[in-house]
Amino acid sequence: MSGQSVLLSMRVNDAVVEVAVKPHHTLLDVLRDRLDLTGTKQGCDTGDCGVCTVQLDGEPVLSCLVLAIQAEGREVRTIEGIGGAEPHPVQDALDRHDAAQCGYCMPGIVLSAEHLLRTTGREVDREEVAQALAGNLCRCTGYVKILDAVVDASQITAKDTAKDSTPPGSGST
Amino acid sequence: MLPMASFDVVSPETVEDAVRALAAPGARLLAGGTDLLPTLKRRLTAPSRLVSLHRVAELREVRVDEEARMVRIGAGMTLARLIREPAVATRFPSLAHALGTVASPQIRNSATLGGNVHLDTRCRYVDQSAFWRESLGGCLKSDGDTCHVVPKGKRCVAALSADSVPVLVALGASLRLVSAEGERIVPLEEYYSSDGVRHIGAAPGELCTEVQVPMANGLRRTAYVKWRPRASIDFPLVSVALRFDLQDGEDGEGGGAIAAAHVVAGALAAKPRRIRIPEAVIGRRVDEAEVATMVADAAFAQCKPLPNLPYDPDYRRKLTRVLTRRAMANLLRPPAERPR
Repeated sequence: MSGQSVLLSMRVNDAVVEVAVKPHHTLLDVLRDRLDLTGTKQGCDTGDCGVCTVQLDGEPVLSCLVLAIQAEGREVRTIEGIGGAEPHPVQDALDRHDAAQCGYCMPGIVLSAEHLLRTTGREVDREEVAQALAGNLCRCTGYVKILDAVVDASQITAKDTAKDSTPPGSGST
Repeated sequence: MLPMASFDVVSPETVEDAVRALAAPGARLLAGGTDLLPTLKRRLTAPSRLVSLHRVAELREVRVDEEARMVRIGAGMTLARLIREPAVATRFPSLAHALGTVASPQIRNSATLGGNVHLDTRCRYVDQSAFWRESLGGCLKSDGDTCHVVPKGKRCVAALSADSVPVLVALGASLRLVSAEGERIVPLEEYYSSDGVRHIGAAPGELCTEVQVPMANGLRRTAYVKWRPRASIDFPLVSVALRFDLQDGEDGEGGGAIAAAHVVAGALAAKPRRIRIPEAVIGRRVDEAEVATMVADAAFAQCKPLPNLPYDPDYRRKLTRVLTRRAMANLLRPPAERPR
């Protein structure tokens, strides 16, 4: 029968989740409406704005353009899964730089920026941040403070990476 | 919010099972979904079943086939992975560059090469909500019988907007198509028709498994030109791929002179357009200003953009000449040659 519910099993923010979904539901629909993870926002719904960005197996994707059942058996990370008792360095830097105005784009920006810092593991420059955030629209700010904040955060995470890595000075993670 | 109509999804694990699932009436392929989902949300297509390829691991391989002198790229490879793939970045720098200009980082993490080759055509009268389209009475591509781009036109002129296609055509790529009846290899240049409603050459039930890109047989220089208002996300409004095969040998004895020129434009109508380049460039050098002018003038003369995409067609046409000439001054060479 067309459109019958199917049981979906995936990991969301390090926890196994099982939920019945319709085949035509997007990952965004399921995160917000079924799992109550409303930190992920809905914007244009057609892939232009980036506010629905989540990480699938560690890579930023647009949850409005992924069917929920394509996430079967995979690892989903949303803004609720970033930072713990303390905010993530990206979140902390965005706060210190007053980078948010209305804030609607922030969850997506944090997930794109976290991926950049995690995959480079070093200090990044403004051009690299602009490239990494190219798919995240912000209609309030002029991006200046956002770029400053992510560059700032990379200086902090790069130091942490250097501290954690062995042998010292190898620079790899 | 743009909810989709309901459909079934099957997720086969092999090409064989995918082809079998695709044979059902009303079935359609789903790869990365970044082009299909907006199309579904805008109610431009209404499949009863999607055959999702996300579990088909054999579509995500890249093989350097030295014997056949080609790189075999699995159609399910994401654009982001292909850009990082050494076999692509070192051998086909213009392809890696073009894939890097597709949409946004998030979309490149989902979108596949097979999906880009099969991207639906785009038009400013089509890429709209169903409500918007209905207010104009539809069009040839959307429940109507008129064309708003070419008045009295009987054939849809929605534009090929895939960045990979002009580059792959210039590189002489082919597709491997598999169906229940067997498989066939189709040169990409012969794959598209000029009908924007049905521009894809695959028969119903055929699955594209592989993009085959021939290796260079000597020195060559390539480039991809793309213009769009927002470099961060938009589809191309001007799109030209260039490839110049160069003669072997020492400088001063014809070495490095142009042996063959392949120039292909997209973003005009439903199929890529090969630009005829004057014979006079053969034997000349790619870095000569006069050669750049000849190539740019040929692109200008043969590319006549329509008001099917945003921005003034005359502006896009003039930009084609300017950007092609600039690209000639900045042709890409394989990284292995760069230290010279």
